[in-house]
Amino acid sequence: METVLAPSPHLRSPDTIERVMYTVLIALVPGSLIGIYFFGLHAIRVMLISIVGCLVLEGIVLKLRGRDISPLKDGSAILTGLLLAMNLPSSTPGWMVMVGALVAILLGKHVYGGLGYNPFNPALVARVFLLISFPVAMTSWPEPKPFTFSLDTVTKATPLGEMKTNLLMTGSIGDIANIDLMAPFLGNFGGSLGEVSALALIVGGLFLLARKVITWHIPVTFIVTVFVMTGMFWVINPQKFASPVFHILTGGLMLGAFFMATDYVTSPVTNKGMIIFGVGCGAITVFIRLFGGYPEGVSFAILLMNSVTPIIDQYTKPRTFGYLREKKVVA
Amino acid sequence: MKSQFRGGVHPADSKDTDKEAVKTLPLLELYLVSLSQHIGSPAEPIVSAGDKVLKYQEIAKPTGFISASLHAPTSGTVKAVEPSPHPSGRLIPAIVIESDGEDREFDISTNSDPNLEKGPEVWNDMVKNAGIVGMGGAAFPTHVKLSPPDDKPIELMIANGIECEPYLTADHRLMLESPELVAVGLRLTMEMVGAKKAIIGVEANKPDAIETFRSFDLPPDVEVAELPVMYPQGAEKQLIYALLGKEVPKGGLPMDVGVVVQNVGTLAAICEAVTKGKPLVERIMTLGGSVPAGPGNYLARIGTPLSDIVEQTGGMKGPAARIVSGGPMMGQAMTSFESPVLKGTSGLLVFGPGEMKALNQRACIRCGACVRVCPVSLMPQTLGNMVEWNIFDVLEQNHINDCIECGCCAYVCPSDRNMVQFIRQGKAEIITRGQKG
Repeated sequence: METVLAPSPHLRSPDTIERVMYTVLIALVPGSLIGIYFFGLHAIRVMLISIVGCLVLEGIVLKLRGRDISPLKDGSAILTGLLLAMNLPSSTPGWMVMVGALVAILLGKHVYGGLGYNPFNPALVARVFLLISFPVAMTSWPEPKPFTFSLDTVTKATPLGEMKTNLLMTGSIGDIANIDLMAPFLGNFGGSLGEVSALALIVGGLFLLARKVITWHIPVTFIVTVFVMTGMFWVINPQKFASPVFHILTGGLMLGAFFMATDYVTSPVTNKGMIIFGVGCGAITVFIRLFGGYPEGVSFAILLMNSVTPIIDQYTKPRTFGYLREKKVVA
Repeated sequence: MKSQFRGGVHPADSKDTDKEAVKTLPLLELYLVSLSQHIGSPAEPIVSAGDKVLKYQEIAKPTGFISASLHAPTSGTVKAVEPSPHPSGRLIPAIVIESDGEDREFDISTNSDPNLEKGPEVWNDMVKNAGIVGMGGAAFPTHVKLSPPDDKPIELMIANGIECEPYLTADHRLMLESPELVAVGLRLTMEMVGAKKAIIGVEANKPDAIETFRSFDLPPDVEVAELPVMYPQGAEKQLIYALLGKEVPKGGLPMDVGVVVQNVGTLAAICEAVTKGKPLVERIMTLGGSVPAGPGNYLARIGTPLSDIVEQTGGMKGPAARIVSGGPMMGQAMTSFESPVLKGTSGLLVFGPGEMKALNQRACIRCGACVRVCPVSLMPQTLGNMVEWNIFDVLEQNHINDCIECGCCAYVCPSDRNMVQFIRQGKAEIITRGQKG
């Protein structure tokens, strides 16, 4: 046994990348189970293909990069796989899921250097790529029904989608928003297989907060911004705009606020920066949902805010101890 | 009292030796008094090979304003003045003294002031002549710290009994066993700097020490403050902020906010220097970690080879995977026990295989943990990343030189990044470039 000469500090906390990744995976279990309950075997299919696909592809890409495959163990590919699956309709064909996995792992992550270097959330890059490339498949949402082993699916637009169509066609959102709000809260609601149950996702989010994997700064500001902004419009014109409660329970907002916007690598590092990030995500989500061409804006909002994260970090540096009454360091 | 600086981490205290009373080590055969054991220029030897010396005799004098003298820890013969083992891993010149076993003393009573009559200026000279340096680990020459210029009036003296590093319990035992030395030292330093008030700061994990001081007959201008356990509560500037809510301005010193801070061990040494004329030739240190057979707190003479301490205390119970001089957060790792005890050696810690976290250093994942814990509110991840990518020209504007190298950032990093080492590299690169340019 040799005595090791190592730099201080000689004590380290037990935190590792693995612990973080696996804690997030555990936090996604409630949402995943609800997704499987309402969307059946297809949900399991999409999740498995995505997770296995991401792992296998990451292994191949690492080899192509001339590296060893030990990063596969860190849990980040598994997490990307599950998050991607949770953002897809359960009717997505298997090959399309694989294309998504390839985009996430290669274009979303390894082309920048791997874990820690990517500017954009890999699962969202993949999801948006699929949405733009295969718009029909990606906007056909199976109707949720209690779990069966049947592989039949009936697809229709989500309530958010119907709202947008009604709004564009008739100038009013129609009766869609007057649905029982317990449905999106519990999960009996149309949408991607991981986003439907706000409750399950909130539970997962609270777990992450309790384990100190995330802080409140991004999710709370994101959700509150959406609530306040949609609330303002709803108060002005309830015919054209759905209620703020409807908005925060639908469209993957909970999934986005707690699990996607909080991705370490692509979000700001400082508390002030995180608040700005959360507000930005919320504002852009609302603008796209209310005035943009797409019914759902969370994915685009987060990606857009990812792009300005470096600038946010620059301008929100904490004031160094002892530097009093000085302009903040910018460069 | 604010009671808490921003940031910090909370490793397990591991104060396993806090019930061990201080034991004095027996007289040993060889002492290596390193010429470089304080901040500032090394001392210059005034003895050479073959000279006979007595205990307490001055054997090296200070060079320059920021320097300190050295004294013989026992009587004997100077074997050599030669490069010798040092915790830094380099061979540093030291005065090697072979003990004659008699421990005869140089007469120090003529230079003492047992009734505390001679006044602050004489006392400052006595502190200087005693070679006293900061014993909390930084080893800054104390007489310099106790001579603030006239334009920096001092209102408060803080006695630093925090000892926030895990495993170290030397200061704790000193406060429990010899509070009177600390109290007298505090009184002397208050008069030396002209402070009207004093605070003895102790972390909450030492309730017996707090109780000892509170029941001690302290004058009304001395307050005992209990501070929450958090590393690095004992870092001077963080301690001042916790007690007073004031930040020492960048590049400045505590005197800029009217404060002087002294470690309790230094205060005890000051008391002994003034009341008895005793120079700094010994200190209490903790032998800790799971591997030593006789962990505890030991009064060791300056220059004692660490290998002798190991031998005298029963050796090691198993293989030593990590040997640290100092505390586990900021201490210096060594590959052997050859180095001697220096004036700033607060402890010797030995850890076994499997005790240290197996590190797998990866890329920064921008989790922000380091930013949240930095007691100086820096962005360690930026500094570490820039050094890793050889981008050195943005380091100074990111205030790398304000880093106190406490280790909080590396402690929390989930990517096991050697943050402090990156920062040290960055600082060294800046100095090198400054010298070239």
